[in-house]
Amino acid sequence: MAELGKELLLEMYYDMVLIRRFEERSKELFHQKKIGGVYLHLYNGQEATGVGALRALRPQDHVITSYRDHGLAIARGVEPRRIMAEMYGKKTGVSGGKGGSMHIADITHNFWGGYAIVGGQIPLAAGIALKAKYNNEDEVVICFMGDGATNNGYFHESVNMSAVWDLPVIWLIENNLYGMGTSVEDSSGQVELVKRAIAYGIKEGPRFDGQNVIETYNVMKEAVEYARTKGPVMMEALTFRYEGHGMSDKMFSTRTEELEFWRKKDPIHILRDHLTEKYKNIAGELEKLDKKVEEVVEDAVKFADESPIPTYEDLINHVYVEGQ
Amino acid sequence: MADKNTSMREALRAALHEEMVRDDRVFVMGEEVGRWDGTHKVTRGFFQEFGERRVRDTPISEMAIAGVAVGAAMAGLRPVAEIMTINFAFLAFDALINMAAKVHYMFDGQFKCPMVMRVASGWGVQATATHSHTPEPIFAHFPGMYVAVPSTAYDAKGMLKAAIRDDNPVLFSESIALYPKPGVVPDDPDFVLPIGKSDYKRRGKDVTLVAYARGVDWALEAADTLAKDGVEAEVVDLRWLRPLDLDLVFESFKKTNRCVVVEESLPFFSVGSEIAAQIQENMFEYMDAPVKRVSAMDVPLPFAKEIELMALPDAQKVVAAVKEVL
Repeated sequence: MAELGKELLLEMYYDMVLIRRFEERSKELFHQKKIGGVYLHLYNGQEATGVGALRALRPQDHVITSYRDHGLAIARGVEPRRIMAEMYGKKTGVSGGKGGSMHIADITHNFWGGYAIVGGQIPLAAGIALKAKYNNEDEVVICFMGDGATNNGYFHESVNMSAVWDLPVIWLIENNLYGMGTSVEDSSGQVELVKRAIAYGIKEGPRFDGQNVIETYNVMKEAVEYARTKGPVMMEALTFRYEGHGMSDKMFSTRTEELEFWRKKDPIHILRDHLTEKYKNIAGELEKLDKKVEEVVEDAVKFADESPIPTYEDLINHVYVEGQ
Repeated sequence: MADKNTSMREALRAALHEEMVRDDRVFVMGEEVGRWDGTHKVTRGFFQEFGERRVRDTPISEMAIAGVAVGAAMAGLRPVAEIMTINFAFLAFDALINMAAKVHYMFDGQFKCPMVMRVASGWGVQATATHSHTPEPIFAHFPGMYVAVPSTAYDAKGMLKAAIRDDNPVLFSESIALYPKPGVVPDDPDFVLPIGKSDYKRRGKDVTLVAYARGVDWALEAADTLAKDGVEAEVVDLRWLRPLDLDLVFESFKKTNRCVVVEESLPFFSVGSEIAAQIQENMFEYMDAPVKRVSAMDVPLPFAKEIELMALPDAQKVVAAVKEVL
């Protein structure tokens, strides 16, 4: 496995801590009703998968995911301010306050959004990959999906089409062991989800430790290379979310033993241990980054708090593309 | 540029061909569109001419045909996807309604979805309950997507070209029964009709017949019959269910004060229902009679021809409805 440079490791550390803090803060803000609505799907626990995978991409590559999207948006470099503002339903949000937490997109970062229909992002990923192939452009698409999404029709139809058309796409299954409250064992005949690749005749990538950002980065680098030169590849990250499916998931907190087990494999701790082992006297640098995270998150909250709400004009705007 | 005698099928084919020649971003995808020349032969010869990059046979995967088209459109291509018949479009409903019709709005204008979903529609050929739908009004229910329902070769050509050039998603319904219908269309490759404009297909003063797609032919046939009795019907072809243009409907109704809506679709929550509501809301002072609706019967379609035809609207039923409002 390739050694990663200190600078990259620290960047990934920063991103992971930023996601962790952003999500924890979002949970508080949801309970304070600052973040409105009924949906909020947190990414804490899964940070290494998202950060490792997205760091392996090039700027011209494309990212698309499900409704569990704010962590990935941060990992892709979308401004935390504008993500938080979107979650508040403010005009300054990435989607103008019209998409909410499940629809964070920022085309300037080739971040094509979260999609709230389970599996809905999967055919879109194939379509974006088709554009790259059609125009003979050196771009790949990474499509994140949970384990639950692998059981609906979008998955089957789109993965098969990606195989038939040799599309430059990475199907990354984030197996966090539960689709809402139902376990993988209770919902999939083949619990090693990545093995489904065999049935479609596409590359079966590794089933890897999604808690380890270095491993994730390395396997994803290979996946990007495979997708851009050969075609579709499926990957499976083993990971765990520290929160329920969404804010309404009351059952999750009863899974204390499981949570305890995964807390011991905390992705940030793993990276921190690696860094302190490898570099003496790095504690100060990490502390500085932790502090910066606090500032960035609080700045995002302040920005969202102070931003204007959308207007009637926004309600009726962009239903159609006008003035062509 | 000359006008050309042709059929609606060939007019559609010419429209698609011209747009593919004009713009490399335009491509065709769907079941049997390529090597098989298209189930309805609208893409006949395309595979040989344009090749597999631009004429893409797909697996039998309606969810992905629609969803992949949405992704490709968002990314900058201009897919003309085909779902073999509108009956199978129910399988693609989520991708059309939750993706195609929503992405522009939901992400505050960051994405556009310039795709056309062509669907063949209609019944009356003993195709039975699952293969005999005309659910265009359902698709028109949702903001964010246009719905085209042409009735002539001329309109079909100009409307399909407009749909392909437009930056919004369009469900383009082609009535199977109308594919062989003869018509005259302009050869001009820049002949394009405006989106969301209805059209008078016959002028009259005694009653307004509002129709679309196959309903227009029943309305026109009924108008000929009525003319023999001295009743001059005016026929307004909606052409688009979204955007729904009511200008000609209202203009005509102010003159005739009577209206019958003719459609192949089912009566419940139908275009007829919408037109009737719009007229009573906006034209109440001009109303001399209730708005009548002629549509399919409110039953699933059976196999046996004799009883299937009982459920189909026709010119006689339109004439009978007109006589009730005169």
